[in-house]
Amino acid sequence: MNRYWFELKEGLLFSFKAIKANKARALLTTLGIVIGVCSVSLMSTAIKGIDRAFEEGIGALGADNLYIDKWPWFSHEEWWKIRNRRNLTIEDFERFKQMAKKPMALAPSLYSECKIQYQAQYIEESLITGTTADFLKTTNFEFSQGRFFSEVESSGGRNVAVIGSDVAKNLFGKVDPLDQYLRIDSIKFRVVGVLKKQGSNMLGNFNPDKQAYIPIGAAFKYFLNRWSTVTIVVRAANTSTIPATVEEAEEVMRRVRKLRYDQENDFSINQQEGLMNNYNSTVGVIKIVGLFITGLSLLVGAIGIMNIMFVSVKERTHEIGIRKAIGAKKRTILTQFLSEAALICLIGGLIGLLLAILLSQAVNKVLPTSVQVDTILLAIIISLLTGIISGFVPARTAARMDPVEALRYE
Amino acid sequence: MNMNIITLENISRIYEVGVEEVRALDGISLSIDKNEYVAIMGPSGSGKSTLMNLLGCLDTATSGTYLLNNNRVSSMSDNELADIRNQEIGFVFQTFNLLSRADALHNVELPLIYAGVGAAQRREIAKEALVKVGLGDRIRHKPNELSGGQRQRVAIARALVNNPTIILADEPTGNLDSKTGEDIMTLFSEIHQQGNTIILVTHEEYIAEHASRIIRLLDGKIEADERNGRFKERVP
Repeated sequence: MNRYWFELKEGLLFSFKAIKANKARALLTTLGIVIGVCSVSLMSTAIKGIDRAFEEGIGALGADNLYIDKWPWFSHEEWWKIRNRRNLTIEDFERFKQMAKKPMALAPSLYSECKIQYQAQYIEESLITGTTADFLKTTNFEFSQGRFFSEVESSGGRNVAVIGSDVAKNLFGKVDPLDQYLRIDSIKFRVVGVLKKQGSNMLGNFNPDKQAYIPIGAAFKYFLNRWSTVTIVVRAANTSTIPATVEEAEEVMRRVRKLRYDQENDFSINQQEGLMNNYNSTVGVIKIVGLFITGLSLLVGAIGIMNIMFVSVKERTHEIGIRKAIGAKKRTILTQFLSEAALICLIGGLIGLLLAILLSQAVNKVLPTSVQVDTILLAIIISLLTGIISGFVPARTAARMDPVEALRYE
Repeated sequence: MNMNIITLENISRIYEVGVEEVRALDGISLSIDKNEYVAIMGPSGSGKSTLMNLLGCLDTATSGTYLLNNNRVSSMSDNELADIRNQEIGFVFQTFNLLSRADALHNVELPLIYAGVGAAQRREIAKEALVKVGLGDRIRHKPNELSGGQRQRVAIARALVNNPTIILADEPTGNLDSKTGEDIMTLFSEIHQQGNTIILVTHEEYIAEHASRIIRLLDGKIEADERNGRFKERVP
């Protein structure tokens, strides 16, 4: 064992000298690996960023939430059938609330898209959620200023609003939004709270950053008629109780809706899991394709290394002959050329990684992300493996040379 | 126990060139004692290079037995042969065969590296060997910064550094002018007097004169094997 380490060390030392002697060539050879490793690391970093953004978005909404709704998120049913379902009403919610025992928190919600305005600044179509004070318990909201509206404000249908961070930034700029009045479709609302930035772009308009929350009574009063459909937001106690909560919710909802045993559900229980599955099935394909394409550039780099190693072995045939005459074993020669290829690739990999880290700063502007430790380790392992795999055939050619022939070669 | 360090019994080396067989060596038998100074002579094509390669364990015989220091070389694996080349044989070539990128010290160190000697110790031994051949002040020079004679001295230092059983020199003066060649031959004589066994391959009579025994090859067979009457122990 000791002997192998010794030979590896000497092999690395030789390779280091060989690379130093051919700097320009080594650099050009490395370029393929640099680009390959850089693109693979960037790709995996970007994928991680997307994943994290999505998970954070879901987390902000509450990962253990169910949404009981007229509309399913994902469905194979025909559209008209669903359209013909009865709307969920606020009375349905009240009855559900009395009967359901499992939920940790629950709240009704109504959605509408409205124009929000503060002085000259406005957002044309912003999602307005009408809900109760209990809604806060179904989320993981944090506030940068103020608070959520109170029980009193929500039951009284007061004109108060809680706004997302993007809304605050776009409407108020440098003005302190707290206790200012903004207009939602020309109705005045007082800002009582501003949410901390959630930072996710994955949920589109459902991103809390881009929303405003108002008491459900106010929503009914100004923007929606009594027949708009209500979504019941249900938070399970924890992830493991989700199935039981879903089961109970279905049973209770059937009673609320007075369905006979032979009637189909005329409501849907939507879960984050569904959102997750849908995300994974679409983004998963993109991930694989992305990694495959960037992997191709690595392959091109590997072929470059193999090519240059063949040239290097040919060029050094005489040297190999000398080494063999002096007592180098096959194994010694193999180690020498393998370690040379591995070293070139490792240097290339490290340069590529450095480049990826720099470039990820630019990616960070669009997608909050950074190169993770596991990506770094992966890149190092990949570059070493690339070197060993692409260097193997040339190194074996060198190791198998006949010493007499090799010595004669000029 | 055999006192001979080299014993060849009925060694043949046959090359196949297309459909034809070329008998480069044809039933050679000879033995060489410790501290002998043997010259192998013969015109080109006589098989002396092939014999040299066989003696140096760079090549193996088609048939016959080769005993080197009581090791049966003719039945050894590639790895064992590499070890034998490393431990038992010191090569000196006509074209020096130094690593051009490495300095003199590193060239001399090379056999010690393959023998697994640690860095500090082998540097010491290599330096000593270079001093012994008169290049103590040139250890950091690369081959292209040295004269032909100096390069051959580096090669001789490299051949000596592992204390080999035999030193195999293949036309060691072939690329040198006669004055330098004479210096190198003097060096070989000194090495011989220190107790080393030297086998010298040459086609020059005046070079072979330095040896105590001359073996003449012709067409792959030993034509003559005699004491050199004019050999005299030189005292430096």
